[in-house]
Order: sequence, then structure tokens, then C-alpha cells
Amino acid sequence: MAKYLLEVDKLQTVFKTGKGEVTSVEEVSFQLKPGQTIGIVGESGCGKSVTSLSIMRLLGKHGIVKKGSILFNGLDLTKISESEMRNIRGNEISMIFQEPMTSLNPVFTIGNQMMEGIRLHMKLSKKEARKYSIEMLNSVGIPRPEAIMDEFPHSLSGGMRQRVMIAMALSCNPKLLIADEPTTALDVTIQAQILELMKNIRTKFNTAIMIITHDLGVVAEMADRIIVMYAGQVVEEANVFTLFDNPKHPYTKGLIGSIPHIDYDAEERLVSIPGAVPSFQNMPTGCRFHTRCEFAMERCLQQQPDLIPVPNDELDDHKVRCWLGEEELAATQPGNREVTV
Amino acid sequence: MILESLKETTISTESSPILQVRNLKQHYPITKGILSRTVGHVKAVDGISFDIFPGETLGLVGESGCGKSTTGRAIVQLEKPTEGEIIFEGKNLADFSSREMRKIRTDLQIIFQDPYSSLNPRKRIGDLLSEPLLFHKLVEPFEVKKKVDDILEVVGLPRAYVGRYPHEFSGGQRQRIGIARALILNPKLIVCDEPVSALDVSIQAQVLNLLKDLQKEFQLTFLFIGHGLGAVKYISDRIAVMYLGNIVEIAKTEDIFKNPKHPYSSALLSAYPVPNPHLRNKEKIVLQGDVPSPANPPSGCKFHTRCPFVQSKCREEVPVLKGIDHSVACHFPLS
Repeated sequence: MAKYLLEVDKLQTVFKTGKGEVTSVEEVSFQLKPGQTIGIVGESGCGKSVTSLSIMRLLGKHGIVKKGSILFNGLDLTKISESEMRNIRGNEISMIFQEPMTSLNPVFTIGNQMMEGIRLHMKLSKKEARKYSIEMLNSVGIPRPEAIMDEFPHSLSGGMRQRVMIAMALSCNPKLLIADEPTTALDVTIQAQILELMKNIRTKFNTAIMIITHDLGVVAEMADRIIVMYAGQVVEEANVFTLFDNPKHPYTKGLIGSIPHIDYDAEERLVSIPGAVPSFQNMPTGCRFHTRCEFAMERCLQQQPDLIPVPNDELDDHKVRCWLGEEELAATQPGNREVTV
Repeated sequence: MILESLKETTISTESSPILQVRNLKQHYPITKGILSRTVGHVKAVDGISFDIFPGETLGLVGESGCGKSTTGRAIVQLEKPTEGEIIFEGKNLADFSSREMRKIRTDLQIIFQDPYSSLNPRKRIGDLLSEPLLFHKLVEPFEVKKKVDDILEVVGLPRAYVGRYPHEFSGGQRQRIGIARALILNPKLIVCDEPVSALDVSIQAQVLNLLKDLQKEFQLTFLFIGHGLGAVKYISDRIAVMYLGNIVEIAKTEDIFKNPKHPYSSALLSAYPVPNPHLRNKEKIVLQGDVPSPANPPSGCKFHTRCPFVQSKCREEVPVLKGIDHSVACHFPLS
């Protein structure tokens, strides 16, 4: 039995386009234990969603996993057949999508959509599946679940639809739940409800969660470990406290410094990272961040750094992809605010 | 004529509000059937009043559907209010004819939320930016090009970009163009309607910093609409919290964040995920349920259906906004 539930090793995902192949995810590696929550953070286009879609094998006909392996319970998801994958998808690994408005089918009732997966994976009769669906809807806090079963998605609010999505994703007791920006389309008070719900689920079912978001606030709240992605690569990986207290990569620092806090001085200026994320057709040589990095050196322009463990790290789980040495990293901390507890 | 008289009034009354909104209501009819009979109204904004003083930034926060964008659109006269007055520099905007209004519009500008749909894709940046100048005849035609170049510099875009089309720009750059377009007429008040919520985190910071710098440089007054509390706090001097078409609390930014008096404001603050893992186990107020529909708002205090401290009085009586510096519309404000 493998120690990890999910082991992604040097994943490379490419998309075939008319202009040749575009590498959207490169050398992404991480591990996830049962019951653990990992947060993947980054800006749009950094490859965080593609990473999760690669795990689910939902890349469409143009996307392929070119290199690397995805071990789920020791089984390589990149090698198994589509029908084997179908048994896992929605059953052992399930996913919550960003847009609750578009991820439910508008022409089927909630009940119909809920029961489809349940009947397929759990081999229940129609009656039992209906009863189980109502139970699931109830457990995610949907009022009047019997009535909601016969409603169409359009009559539910955004928060309710996301709850339905979560109920659907959890109905087969998955070991891994992938949540791709689960709260981005929702209001703050509804977001708090959904995050609370996900936390309860985690404690109740010991589900491993992979949460993908651009909101550092959400990962600070939810995740045990965090992976920061930039332009298709992992630039930093650490446990959540280490990452926020002692970020090493200039990009992570910039990202943390650029969020306007609610408990932070109004006179302080926000740290902003100049420029924008480079496009995949036009990736800079060397370190991919060098075009926006204020500490870029000669070496950064030519050689690509590897993801290496941070020296003198006690827990030995902090990795960073940067040429800056340990001393320099410590000396240059412009965007690093004091974190007060 | 009117413009001149308006300018005089500003000089004579230094600290009087630049904009006063009085009992603003914006109701949209709900129609049904082939005869389009009106069967009800969506009360998007339901009687709000506030002042904005010259040079300050008033933040307007609330969840989607609370009427914050509608308020912004009513102020720049994109929509005619159902009821109420919008007084800009001492003059009621409803009294102006559309011809006179055109002149006022140079002083009242808006930056839209979505930089992808608010720029005409068929126009070059140079044309987009010179259009308002030519329309309002603010500068001589031969000066237009220089002015456009200057404004691009102000918002931090290279001059060479004038010949490009909007699709050639990233979200952050487009929002800079949106800001440039609002700024080119030398407005006094800019309504910023969620200018950063469609942008990536690192780009948000660039745009927020830019807005803050521009405010200092050109003595602008902002009405900053947003749902990201962090951004609103960063830029605002005062904050008004809206819920279902009403302002429930309005106070200095510090007071709202340190000492929120309305249960809704305090829930909103507590629900905001703080990017600090050490605070993750802090007690949170998680509101139950959804925002009720503005077509059929609850009786009494509109928040009573979700309020954790609800009492029988809240269901019957509508609370009014009370207090001078820190106003709150609640029967039992938090201390």
C-alpha cells in the first residue's frame, strides 16, 4: 500500500494547436496523503486547472499527458484504459468546478443529475438512489431536499448550485476531491458557507482535497500544503505556515504582498509585480519569472532553475525554484510583511 | 454658463459635499404576458442617501444584487432614477436638460468592471481615447494627439500603443485604458465600478496603486464599488455597506473594520478569508441562507431573515440610518 494517496511525478501536459504543441504544465510534482488538503495557487494561465484536469483525464481531444506519471493509490492514471478511468472518475476522485452556473445541465432536474452517478457507481435501484440523493442534499445543507430534487438548475441560486455540485461530488465517498476555484463565482458570505462545508466534509469522511484557487485567503484558511505555480511550473512548495511566514520565491513574495489585507495599514503601498504572465507560445528562456523579477541576474536569463529544497529548512519540506542563494533570499524581502498572530 | 456657475460654487464652499445622494430609488418593473403588464418591481436601490466630499474615496460594498452598481450607474446618469435626487456640486442633476447634462458628464466619469466588454473591439486605442475629447470639444483638434499620448503615459502605457486594438492587450492593460478614457476629460468624480475584480491578484495591485496615485495627482473624488473587502479598504476613506438596496452602515474605514455596528457588516468582515494561516481557527460568523430576492424583500429590517441576533421588532419595523459619523440602520446595533 502506497503511503500517498496521490503522487504526481514530473507531469507534463501539452495541447496540440494549429501552431504546434503548447506545453501548459511542465514538471509538476507533488504528493497528497489521505485526509490532507493541498492548495494550488497561481494566476490565470499558470496551469493550475490543467494540472487538475490531467488528473481527471478531462483534457479533451487536443490535450495529452506527454510525460510523467499520476499515481492514485499506486495505480498510474495516465496508463489505464478509458473504461477503468470511468470507474474512478466521479467515484474515487471527483471534482467541483468553478462555475456552478454552467456545470449543471440545464435541461435535467437536480435529482436526475444527482442520481446518474450514484446509480452508475453504487449500483443502487432508482428508489434507493433517490433516497440517497435526498440524504446527500440534506447533508450539504440544502433546505427542502425532496422538492429541490425535482427542480431545474435555473431555479437555484449560485450558492445552492455549488452545494448541489458538492453533494454530487461527494455522493460516492471519493477519496480525493478536486475543487477548481469552488468559491470564485460566489459572494463572500456564501463563500464562507461553502468553505465551512468543505471543512466539515474533510473531518467527517477523511477526504483528501486538492483546492485550486487564485485567492490566497482561501488557501490560508483551508490548505495544509501549498503549491505556487507560475507559467506552468511549480515555483514554490511548502506547508501553509512556512509559505506565508517565510516565502522564498520572489513571485510568492510579490503575490502575498499584493493582496490588500483587511487587517493591514492603509498607508502601506501594495507590492505589485510589474508586467503580466508570459504566454505559452512566447515563454522566456531561463527562469520563466525573470521578465518580472526585480532580482533577476545574468544566470536567470540563461539557465532554468530546478525545484530544490530550501537549505537549512528544519521540516525539510520547503522547495523553491530560484537561483537566489539562501543568504540573498533572506536579505531581499521587500514584500514580506511581518505576520502578527 | 452652468458649468461656470458650478465651478464658482465649488470654490466658495470648500468642504461641502461634491455629491449628495438623497433618497435614491431605482425600481425596475417586472412585466408579464403579451400585454407586458407590470406585475411587480425589482427594488434594486430602495431609498439610499449619502454624501461624498471632494478628494475622498467612498467605498461601496455589498454582495451581488445589493444595488451597488445600480447606484453608481444612477450617479453618472446612465439610468434615470425612479425617485430621489442626485446633487452634484449643489445642483440637482434631474433639473438639467440633456444638452446641459452633456457638459456635466465631463465631470462625472465611470470605470467599468469588465475591461473585456467595455472597450469597442473595432476601435484603435487612440480613437477610443480621443473620442470623448472630440465629442466634448475640450481641446483643439490638433492638440488631441498630444493629450492622448500624455494620458497613456499617466496610466503607464507606452505611447506606441495608440494604433493597437483592444484585443492586443491583457486585462490589466485594458483596465488602464478604461481608466485613461475616464481621466482624459479631467473629471472631478469617478465612479469605479469593481475595476479590479476581473483581474489577477498581482495585476489588481498595479491598478489599485495607479488609482491611488492618480487621485493624489489630480485631486479626484472616487466612489469605489467593490466586493473584495481588502481592495475597498485599501483605497477608501469611508465605507458604506449595502444590503438589498439599502445602506446598512456608513462610517470611516477604520471604524467599520475595527468596530462594525451592523450584524451584516460584521458577518461580511468575518467571512472574508484572511491570507494568514495563523488566523484560520478564529471564530467566524457564517450567515445562513441566501440573499432574499429584491423583488420581494422581507418586511421590517431586510436582513432579519439571516441575522443571528434577530428579535421580533426587526420583523415589523424598518430601521433607519442613525448616527452622525458612524451611521447604522439597525434596531440593536452591536457595541
